[in-house]
Amino acid sequence: MKSYPGGQALPTGLCGPPGGNVIEPSIVPLSHRPGGLSQGGLEMEKRRTISLILAVATLTLFVQVSSLYAISEAFKENIYKVGTLKPVDSVLKVKVGGRAPDFTLPSISEEKISLSQYRGKKNVVLSFVPAAWTPVCSDQWPGYNIVKDIFDQNDAVLLGITVDNIPTLFAWTNQMGKLWFPVLSDFWPHGAVAQKYGVLRSNGVAERALFVIDKKGILRYINVHDINKRPPLEGLVNALEKLKK
Amino acid sequence: MKRILIGFVLAVVFSLSIGLSAFAANKPPQKGETLPAMNLPIPKSPGEKSYLGLSGEGSFKIPQIKAKVVIIEIFSMYCPYCQKDAPGVNELYSLIENDPDLKKKIKLIGIGAGNSTFEVGVYKKNYTVPFPLFPDQDFTMHKACGEVRTPYFIVVKINEDGSHVIVHSQLGEYPGAKPFLDLVLKSADLK
Repeated sequence: MKSYPGGQALPTGLCGPPGGNVIEPSIVPLSHRPGGLSQGGLEMEKRRTISLILAVATLTLFVQVSSLYAISEAFKENIYKVGTLKPVDSVLKVKVGGRAPDFTLPSISEEKISLSQYRGKKNVVLSFVPAAWTPVCSDQWPGYNIVKDIFDQNDAVLLGITVDNIPTLFAWTNQMGKLWFPVLSDFWPHGAVAQKYGVLRSNGVAERALFVIDKKGILRYINVHDINKRPPLEGLVNALEKLKK
Repeated sequence: MKRILIGFVLAVVFSLSIGLSAFAANKPPQKGETLPAMNLPIPKSPGEKSYLGLSGEGSFKIPQIKAKVVIIEIFSMYCPYCQKDAPGVNELYSLIENDPDLKKKIKLIGIGAGNSTFEVGVYKKNYTVPFPLFPDQDFTMHKACGEVRTPYFIVVKINEDGSHVIVHSQLGEYPGAKPFLDLVLKSADLK
């Protein structure tokens, strides 16, 4: 059986130009028709109708084919399909060079974590992701999980944050293997920390956002990324390496 | 009457397009098929170039690899199962390379779905992956392969005349180096 690359035009042999077998029989040369040229008006109308059918059919095919490009690689059987969302749906309340708002949140290990506990000791990366059990989020932290050495080299800790509750985060992150970094729940008051940073979307989930905070508590890098895409790792690594300079 | 006919034609075309689109999106490469068209960059590393039997610069297609069988792993740096299986896949490479007969016949490559060059480099370094890995940051190859979940394994047999055929494909469930090698040898009639 032949495979059909996603997003490519479908093979004409299978799908065919819409005019193919269905419409072509009605396109009979005028000279072969009874009445011939004397029915020119009628023929013109028929041709217009056929053109309309062709146009609509072609458009339909393009709409269907192009939608294939929107399908994420990360849709797994137990992942809820969210479709393509508005890339960013919030307004930042902090800026690079400003002080990072402090917070205290519960983690899945039952420990409470405060941003201020790292002041003067460690650089901090906050990784907000929108929600547990959704496509891109499920494929972001497992990547960070294998680069602890990069965080260590840059004297940084990572705090993963979502607005999900602790039991949900516990079950979800268990699927990722053992994470070396704390996972925090910004569930109640709902999304309060995300709101403080200006990354709470209008539907109550967080943006896909990265914040790098230095040991003095100053924001040094902010990336509120397109929620539909995973931020490439190199952007974060570059930001961490700049802290040394 | 004409309106009914038009409606019917449009309905048929619409249904057909939906059906074929879904088929195109969800169908990974299967046994007996050929690979979708994929161009990979010729590696810069002389070692990897030599391993694949390639020369020069630019791009190549997988059946151009100098081998009788190519094992392709579609992976992602962000995929926990790929991470878990990485040592076992490295062991597969060692089993092949340590066999003087098999090392001439079977080659192994990885395609990092949605991974940048940097991310593929991190994966390669972290797991000391000894075989060539190729980034697919914009998912081009991943889409061409039906947007499979990862890890996904494809075994391709390359014939004397340069034609090729997929002799095995599987989603995850990597059984370990030796059982997988046995499966490859059997699928490709190399046993």
